[in-house]
Amino acid sequence: MTNFPYIPSTEDDKQQMLKTIGVNSFEELLIDVPKKHLQPTLNLKEALSEQELTEFFQLLSNNNFSSKTITSYMGGGAYNHYIPSTVKAMIQRGEFLTSYTPYQPEASQGTLQVGFEFQSMIAQLFDMEVCNAGMYDGPTALAEAALMACRIKRNNNVIIHESVSEKTLDVLRSYSKWQDINLFRYNDVNLQDDNEYGCLLVQSPNYIGEIEDVEKLAEEIHNRNGLIIQHTYPISLGMLKPPGQLNVDISTAEGQPLGVPVSFGGPFIGILTCKKEFIRQLPGRIIGQTVDKNNKISYALTLQTREQHIRRESATSNICTSTQLIGLMVAVYLATMGPEGIKSIAETCYHRAHYFAEKLNNIEGLTLISDNFFNEFVIESEIDLSKINKILQENNIEGGIDISDKKSKKILFAVTELNSPEIINKTINILGGEND
Amino acid sequence: MINKEMPLLMDQSKKGRKAIKLPELGVEKSELPNSKFLRKDISLPEVGQLDLIRYFTNLSSLNYSIDTNFYPLGSCTMKYNPKINEQIASMPGFAASHPNQNDEKVQGNLRLMFELQEELGEITGLPGVSLAPLAGAQGEYAGLLIAREYHKKNNQNNRNIALIPDSAHGTNPASASMAGLQAVTIKTTNEGDIDLDDLKDKVNENVCVLMLTLPSTLGLFEPNILEITKVIHDNGGLVYADGANLNALLGVTKFGDLGIDICHSNLHKTFSTPHGGGGPGSGPVMVAKYLESFLPYPHIKKEGNEYKQYKPENTVGRLNGFYGSFGILVRAYAYIRSLGKAGLKEISESAIINANYIQEKLKNDYKLTSSRYCMHETVLSASQQKEDGVKAIDIAKKLLDEGFHAPTMYFPLIVDEALMIEPTESESKETIDRFIDAMIMISELSKSNPKEIIDAPVNLPVERLDEAQAARNPVLIWAKK
Amino acid sequence: MSAVPENLKYSEDHEWVKIEDNVAIIGITMHAAESLGDIVYIDVDSLGKDLKQFEKFGEIESVKAVSDLFVPVSGKVVEINEELTNNPEYVNEDCYEKGWIIKLEVENSNDLEKLLGSSDYEKII
Repeated sequence: MTNFPYIPSTEDDKQQMLKTIGVNSFEELLIDVPKKHLQPTLNLKEALSEQELTEFFQLLSNNNFSSKTITSYMGGGAYNHYIPSTVKAMIQRGEFLTSYTPYQPEASQGTLQVGFEFQSMIAQLFDMEVCNAGMYDGPTALAEAALMACRIKRNNNVIIHESVSEKTLDVLRSYSKWQDINLFRYNDVNLQDDNEYGCLLVQSPNYIGEIEDVEKLAEEIHNRNGLIIQHTYPISLGMLKPPGQLNVDISTAEGQPLGVPVSFGGPFIGILTCKKEFIRQLPGRIIGQTVDKNNKISYALTLQTREQHIRRESATSNICTSTQLIGLMVAVYLATMGPEGIKSIAETCYHRAHYFAEKLNNIEGLTLISDNFFNEFVIESEIDLSKINKILQENNIEGGIDISDKKSKKILFAVTELNSPEIINKTINILGGEND
Repeated sequence: MINKEMPLLMDQSKKGRKAIKLPELGVEKSELPNSKFLRKDISLPEVGQLDLIRYFTNLSSLNYSIDTNFYPLGSCTMKYNPKINEQIASMPGFAASHPNQNDEKVQGNLRLMFELQEELGEITGLPGVSLAPLAGAQGEYAGLLIAREYHKKNNQNNRNIALIPDSAHGTNPASASMAGLQAVTIKTTNEGDIDLDDLKDKVNENVCVLMLTLPSTLGLFEPNILEITKVIHDNGGLVYADGANLNALLGVTKFGDLGIDICHSNLHKTFSTPHGGGGPGSGPVMVAKYLESFLPYPHIKKEGNEYKQYKPENTVGRLNGFYGSFGILVRAYAYIRSLGKAGLKEISESAIINANYIQEKLKNDYKLTSSRYCMHETVLSASQQKEDGVKAIDIAKKLLDEGFHAPTMYFPLIVDEALMIEPTESESKETIDRFIDAMIMISELSKSNPKEIIDAPVNLPVERLDEAQAARNPVLIWAKK
Repeated sequence: MSAVPENLKYSEDHEWVKIEDNVAIIGITMHAAESLGDIVYIDVDSLGKDLKQFEKFGEIESVKAVSDLFVPVSGKVVEINEELTNNPEYVNEDCYEKGWIIKLEVENSNDLEKLLGSSDYEKII
């Protein structure tokens, strides 16, 4: 009899196998395990049936506000966008979901061709020459990009522009701490002197939604022999000039907005693109096109000598995933949207955000302090923020992020195509404003 | 399987085709930013919805996967990924919860994470658990950061050496480099056990940490584990266990009881979350009580009936944008709860019996690397077949033709023509027997008709690839013909 | 072509060297090329540098292996075989002629004494 649906061996199977092995009991196979530490008590919960399991997790899920929200204005690194049915259908295919890393290309052409599509479409969206198959998430992609630039330039001085979010910077600190990397703030560095730097990191649209003059920053750092790295919001590239047209050397992004649920912060995918000349220093998996023995076009992991399983301590990184399944979601998303779709989504985000921002600005006690923003903006408030949040929560609306400092009370709002005009107007009404 | 080439989407693209209808703007347009910031054109494929679905569906059919094939892939623990876990992870309360929400709005998530921390701590005997690492390699890196910060706090910043056995996975030395540690190689015996004399020779006051894999990468339990951890501790170092092979140890023994200070676990191996063709993974790091204050943040604690995120006092820092691979944590916790105490023990028992059964049945046809009982995987050598001109890679390709995914090849590096086989507990005896028959058939064929093996695969969508061309002239994105 | 030509000197790291008018032409041996497999990339960043005997001058990569390259004699790197950038396969096809990797101005011809002759090299492979 077998008690667990995921373990097919019956008692009889096990006995037969043990007999073939030549032992009387399972314990005889554990001869190398120290006796006094063998088979300790496990103080764990008992098994649940599938139905009980669903009920239990439904309970946990219902204990999140997100189970009942009708709309959300929350951004700050993760964004609510509509996820097309095509994406949801393809991610459920077991042939993608339950396959392994494509080390055996003959048995993995599906995964590999999808990965090649991902690289191609991301390169087109960013207008960059090459792209890897995916990193963990946006912040880790930016951290790895900084380390990559330092290797390329053999210069460990990294300048961080004020536009980069504090969270992302924290990740860079954890990644660079023991590698003799020196981090400088842009405002503390005088780019008029003769010092050379490895790279300059800029985020545009920045952590509070404003569009930065990346081209100007690129010129500044290029004059100091360093590389420019732009971290961006991929949806904005449906409207804003892409990194490849701003003289950017390496560009990174959080890939989540492209068809991936916010899912409490993960799993996401990090996007890492660069100029072709830097490819030998690019970390992560890369998929290339080649031919098989019969000259048929096919795909394989390539340039693997950069990676940990070959170069070990001299590898470009320890990473050994490409977050491939999330890459599939992004590929299906971009193919579903096409050029017109991505443009339309970007414009919808932009105009609805500006509409909402203006209406909020008209409410007494609220002031819009952002200027040149894409879809995220800051409202300064004379009203107690807890009051605003309470009234929104009562209406099942998730407000923005509280980014108050010592000087003033501030909220960061993000608007996407999921915030319909009706909902936006309703929100304005709730907050005591007028709409069209 | 589809056997003809499938043109890339850009080659199928036709101007004006759409795969989705999007909502109207519905508000007045605002003034645009300065034109120097605006994009003129954008190039992406334009395809209809049916063609798009057909394209990706047909591509999926070119893959081997757990849902369709047996993967005896050593060190990768390719077990069944239960469907219910996918369903649970997509519940709106989880999938739509935003990581910037206040703690009180995400009590369900925080409770789930707290309980998973507790269970992983109990399973490994290392009660300080951080779920933040996004993959095994990041868990490893987190573990090394913890060791470094611990020594630094004790004014022993001189400790900058990581001792790593020559049989280790490549991420170990790569992670050590990232943590600014010098990797010093420890010899292992022919059976992959740590050479105690070499260890004693190389351990000194500059050793930060020993990184070992348990069971070893040869699938054997390190018989001297207690002496090894003692040698390192007596010299003031810490012991880190790579938990890649944890599927062998559930209810068998606990890392913490063996003197191990830090470990990680790959949730996409032992705890059944899908590999997804190469990610996303999740690699929680577990530490002994005295190292808990060094864990990455955010970390989850329980106060009264409330769950809270906080920053441990001596934290090594933030490893990613938010909380870790939350969707993967949901699946792993669902798996643990659906098996419970008894089921988890049953996993390792069944996985170990299956592996030993394969080892026993193949020992006449393939050279074993050890005569000992293995744990959850066995490493064979194709050195005998090599004499007939058939290498490990050829055997792997022939297995593909027979409908089995290949075993892990050429790892560990210390074994000639290694074939590493891990059946997991997911496979039935009938499937395992079919695999054994295929392996024996291939061994016989290597004597009678080696060419048939060397020409394999012939039954798959493509035959062997020109990987040299792929690397010499890298073509990495679509280009107009 | 012989696998180990008699007119060359060899290092234990499998580089060969030929001296012509105080210039050393350096490459890797056929044995090394065969054990690496299909060469896909050669990375030499030492042009113009003065290197000591057995110091690293670059790296050579095949599909699934990477190996450091060392100069068999001391001197200044004066030329790199640029043909290899687009045709790394020359190292597999013709490692002693078309597949040479760098040229170096020899600093001290006594260095040659520390190298192996063809028969001694044959013994170690």
